[in-house]
Amino acid sequence: MRSYLLRRLVGMIIVVFLVLTLAFILVRLAPGDPASLLLGPDATPEEVQSLRVRLGLDRPILVQYLTFLANALQGDLGRSLFFDRPVTEVLASRAEPTIFLALFSLLVALVIATPIGIWAAYRRGSVLDQTSITTAMLAASVPSFLTGLIFQRYLATDLGWFPASGYGGVGADFGTRMWHLVLPSITLGITNSALILRFTRASMLDILGEDYVRTARAKGMTERRVVLRHALKNAGIPIITVVGLTFALLISGAVVTERVFNLPGMGNLVVNAVLRRDYPVIQGTLIVVATLYVLVNLLTDLLYLAVDKRVKY
Amino acid sequence: MQTDDIILSVEGLRVSFGRGRIAVDALRDVSFTLARGRTLALVGESGSGKSVTSLALMGLLPPSGQVRAGRLAFRGRDGKVTDLARLDGAGFRKLRGPGISMIFQEPMSSLNPLFTIGDQIGEMLLLHEHLSGAERRRRVIEMLELVEIPGAAKRIDAYPHELSGGMRQRVMIAMGLVCHPALLIADEPTTALDVTIQAQILDLMRRLQKDLGMSILFITHDMGVVAEMADDVAVMYAGAVVEQAGVMELFDDTRHPYTQGLLSSIPREGRGRADRLVPIPGSVPSPFALPPGCAFSPRCPHARDACRLPVALDEKAPGHLSACIFDMPGAA
Repeated sequence: MRSYLLRRLVGMIIVVFLVLTLAFILVRLAPGDPASLLLGPDATPEEVQSLRVRLGLDRPILVQYLTFLANALQGDLGRSLFFDRPVTEVLASRAEPTIFLALFSLLVALVIATPIGIWAAYRRGSVLDQTSITTAMLAASVPSFLTGLIFQRYLATDLGWFPASGYGGVGADFGTRMWHLVLPSITLGITNSALILRFTRASMLDILGEDYVRTARAKGMTERRVVLRHALKNAGIPIITVVGLTFALLISGAVVTERVFNLPGMGNLVVNAVLRRDYPVIQGTLIVVATLYVLVNLLTDLLYLAVDKRVKY
Repeated sequence: MQTDDIILSVEGLRVSFGRGRIAVDALRDVSFTLARGRTLALVGESGSGKSVTSLALMGLLPPSGQVRAGRLAFRGRDGKVTDLARLDGAGFRKLRGPGISMIFQEPMSSLNPLFTIGDQIGEMLLLHEHLSGAERRRRVIEMLELVEIPGAAKRIDAYPHELSGGMRQRVMIAMGLVCHPALLIADEPTTALDVTIQAQILDLMRRLQKDLGMSILFITHDMGVVAEMADDVAVMYAGAVVEQAGVMELFDDTRHPYTQGLLSSIPREGRGRADRLVPIPGSVPSPFALPPGCAFSPRCPHARDACRLPVALDEKAPGHLSACIFDMPGAA
């Protein structure tokens, strides 16, 4: 167990290092010179050149790379060209809506998908089974910007139940900020529930045909106990896998939802950073997201261990 | 035989799968009786309906399967007779465990891989006797010792994958017997095991039957196991019981041509090399295309025109039933 954790940690370090390298290279492959972009079309070549020197863009690429690595290891991801603040600071100020949006929407997805998935598998072929699959396909195929707009139109503008967009404005308290996440979370949750529902159903279908489920029935317990105790625990591993992957994707993939609801999250930040050629912010977001991704994956694997004692690492 | 000595009496059990025009009878006419404290072997080829019979007795038929007719009279330890054909889900739940228990063919896949064996055996006591955790643990260890699992106090916390096939089948037996059922249904419990382990498990079951005073319905296709375990035998063919008798009587005075064919197609001790094995010609008819009358008649060496008429189990000698129009086929 300890050696497994050690191996995983070494693996994580290698992955993060590769991501750092990749981030550095990718950003420099993109067309457009940040210095001239920052200064606008009216800048003189001398002004551009002096900014390039100030940003270190005139130095050999290898020197730039090593400096970048050394700084990153010390937690310094550079300064944002646009905000003129440390990247870590910029990211930290944008992390809250993204992380809570990911958590809440995952919760919404699970609350919708698991009970329906279990029930659909249990009553396979029934009307409920077929409707739930059709609805899931529909939910998955309607893009989240459309669902989001519909919610904004009816639940926020017409009925006034929820705020339509934004994050409560400057100085809003925690409750207000979270209140602004309700509609985005439902929007994103519905989209993600389709995948989880199908996984839950497929996994439960497999398990319900197992011999030990028949054994459980032969023991004289209620169907509820057969399904929720004996079958669901076994169906859990594929469900954990897809939940882990979904969460990791949500950290980076909530861009559209963040934009529709105008949330000051990391998705919005990175899109703007790309448009502004704000290299350090792009790099920083990439690194943070990739690290979170790796961490969530590790957590998923550790959860397998907790659920299934047969899993040996 | 006194009627209150009969623990299970199955009369005319018919089970069909599917609905409407695609419905097919998996069991056409299954009848047999099992006396208290005895072992009845239910014998037949694959597809003859042995397992469906046992699942019907447990109320565990898949949703597409339905009991269409028949009476399944089961007498519990309290002397009360229940017709299993008319029992609902809640009634079966109460019965499974303390009334009837079942052990299955595949010990490898019949235990839940995510719970310890102690959990799984103890669950029976939780469900049916509502015992506390400590009390359950004590009873489970006792039970594990009874089925001769070495180091029971330690093994109780083992997961199924940490045990061998033979040990797992012992765990299944412990689970089946922990609530002292009146009837144990064993569906080919040794088929998946090595021969040496097989003998140990059969030994164990015989001893437990004596110690705990239960009756066993033993489903098998292995005549060697029948000779070893059974007091009585019921032979099934194409969804119906065709012959029932005491085990010695059945071997020595075989009445039904199918049973005769079955016995001469397997090697037996004391038979010379010159005595060739005789396979039964043809194959088991599909339940979709059963011949009229006796289902075995197309393969039967003694078949006559009269065999095309329906035939029922009939007592040919005291305690010896056969579903054949002849009292002693081949004798005439």
